Amino acid sequence: MNEQASRRPSRLFRNLNAKIASIPMILNALVIFLGGTIWTVVYSFTDSRLLPRLNFVGLDQYYRLWATPRWLVAVENLAIYGACMLVFSLLIGFLLAALLDQKIRFEDTFRTIFLYPFALSFIVTGLVWQWILNPNFGVQHVVRSLGWTDFAFDPLYDSTIVIYGILIAALWQGTGLVMCLMLAGLRGIDEDIWKAARVDGIPTWKTYLFIIIPMMRPVLITTLVIIAASIVKVYDLVVAQTSGGPGISSEVPAKYVYEYMFHAQNLGQGFAASTMMLLSVIIVIVPWAYLEFGRRK
Amino acid sequence: MRYKLMTAALAATAALQFAGPAAATDLEVTHWWTSGGEAAAVAEFAKAFDATGNHWVDGAIAGSGDTARPIMISRITGGDPMGATQFNHGRQAEELVKAGLMRDLTDLATKEHWKDVIRPASLLNECTVDGKVYCIPVNIHSWQWLWLSNKAFADAGVPVPKNWDEFVAAAPALEKAGKIPLAVGPQAWQTSGAFQVLMVAIGGPDIYKKVYGDKDAKVAGGPEVAKVFKAADDARKMQAKSKVQDWNQATNLVITGQAGGQIMGDWAQGEFQVAGQTAGKDYTCLPGLGVNAVIQTGGDSFYFPLLKDADKAKAQEVLASTMLSPATQVAFNLKKGSLPVRGDVDLNAANDCMKKGLDILAKGNTIPDTNQLMTEDSLTQVNDLFAEFFATPTMTPEDAQKRFADIVSKAD
Repeated sequence: MNEQASRRPSRLFRNLNAKIASIPMILNALVIFLGGTIWTVVYSFTDSRLLPRLNFVGLDQYYRLWATPRWLVAVENLAIYGACMLVFSLLIGFLLAALLDQKIRFEDTFRTIFLYPFALSFIVTGLVWQWILNPNFGVQHVVRSLGWTDFAFDPLYDSTIVIYGILIAALWQGTGLVMCLMLAGLRGIDEDIWKAARVDGIPTWKTYLFIIIPMMRPVLITTLVIIAASIVKVYDLVVAQTSGGPGISSEVPAKYVYEYMFHAQNLGQGFAASTMMLLSVIIVIVPWAYLEFGRRK
Repeated sequence: MRYKLMTAALAATAALQFAGPAAATDLEVTHWWTSGGEAAAVAEFAKAFDATGNHWVDGAIAGSGDTARPIMISRITGGDPMGATQFNHGRQAEELVKAGLMRDLTDLATKEHWKDVIRPASLLNECTVDGKVYCIPVNIHSWQWLWLSNKAFADAGVPVPKNWDEFVAAAPALEKAGKIPLAVGPQAWQTSGAFQVLMVAIGGPDIYKKVYGDKDAKVAGGPEVAKVFKAADDARKMQAKSKVQDWNQATNLVITGQAGGQIMGDWAQGEFQVAGQTAGKDYTCLPGLGVNAVIQTGGDSFYFPLLKDADKAKAQEVLASTMLSPATQVAFNLKKGSLPVRGDVDLNAANDCMKKGLDILAKGNTIPDTNQLMTEDSLTQVNDLFAEFFATPTMTPEDAQKRFADIVSKAD
């Protein structure tokens, strides 16, 4: 015991208990996440069908992927959905939070109402909005029965705008959470800053834009990561609302991956598509992580 | 004392475990037959199997085959196989058989002369890989049916068509009377199903076999298939106003007379029966769209995963022969609305449409189902194409044909 204490403690054995406790998590991350990812990427270069087999065919799966109209439609949809979702959920979420922050009455009630949709799964959200947007008994029907008989609003049955119909449902479900995160951020701002701004005679909107928002940077980044993750993996909402239709006009990449892996019994094609999804995430995350963590050193 | 008690308890449980298999053997059977008529049909199998002294453990998976098959496959490949499982006739389980995960039934097949009783012979060939039998066909379902509502045509003041061309010609009259000429759900399998029915009817069985069977891209891009795409274009225009999703909702439009007709497999018959309609009086069925009276021999087969437990393996054999026995075949198929796989059974209780089907079957005018000719991978691409074609009025038949020929050239 004495002998050990007299030596300079090795860095490796400092906080040994904590390190032992985190071994399962480290193993989990390495074996399941990293291992699974590498396995998927390797098999995406094979012609695996129902069962994985190591028969390499080079980039064939990728050539086929990028020549498939359904995949191109899916990528385009994800781009539209992602851009709109990011902008609108941040904008609406922040606006709602700023309004709630005005020390209004019944704030708890409003907060609950706005956050409530988030408690519903995407499947339920999708079904609810499928009915609301159905021309035969949804919004269109209600407006028509009020007297405007020419009113037309059926985004889910129009292949050019169907993705916006899905976007509406996603915003309804997701902005509540963004609002709550933003509200927490706003509450974290010191009251003295507001007082100082008021003393200097800066208008409220300018205070928000140039002082408060830059100070909320950590919250904004957390929110951004949460929204971005939900965008890339969007699947169940589409399945519940349109199942990819009309035709293939509301397909998304995650659905392509699932269907080629399990319905079409073509693992190689599904792996290639999921590798492309991973690649797009990496392209976004690596420059950001470099800026964020590289600078601190 | 405490230890003694515990040892006693342990011994008792061990004894119980050994005593278990001596009684009836439990065999789990997975399938996706969950609608009313289907559940009634599968109950006939369960009843017959229970009567042999074994016990049928029902493993129904709700949703369609598309939902169920991934679950079944992952259970088999993941080392948790069931006693028996449904697949469609054809190549869905091909790789599982090749990987040695399925049980070889050749001995039983020879003993019970499956080769002589199963008709058409192609069904047993589908189950045979390298000369060994791996599955047992239980019914025949065909796609080649046009269901027409007599009421819709009476309302429009035109006679009920006898073939596809007359139906197309009657479409304007139907539209004038406020009817949807053709009811089609926008789901991929429904639209591509309707297309391949058109191909058999208008192109003929030989063209169909060349395109789907031999994957001849030249034929798929040629003038014969161009005619089929022309017909598909007609169908697309006729279905433009049908805003339903599921096939049975589309069938319901025909039953209630809101739509003129629907191209759908013989499983649609169950819906007419449940609605209390009579073939010939309330609705008309045209096999092969009234042009080419041939039917596909699709349907369902049962596969038996390789099991280590000897008792269960024995029960698998009992189940296989029970499913094929004449009595079970009649009871099951009458409830299911499908045709039996053996020709030596008596089906007097069948209705008019089913009898038409039996007639065609007896004449041997059969062709293989698309599932038997193409892999799931190729079929998914064909499905995607037709889902897009039927939902996109601006896509020309020529463009669609070019893409179809492209898929066929790469298909396997």
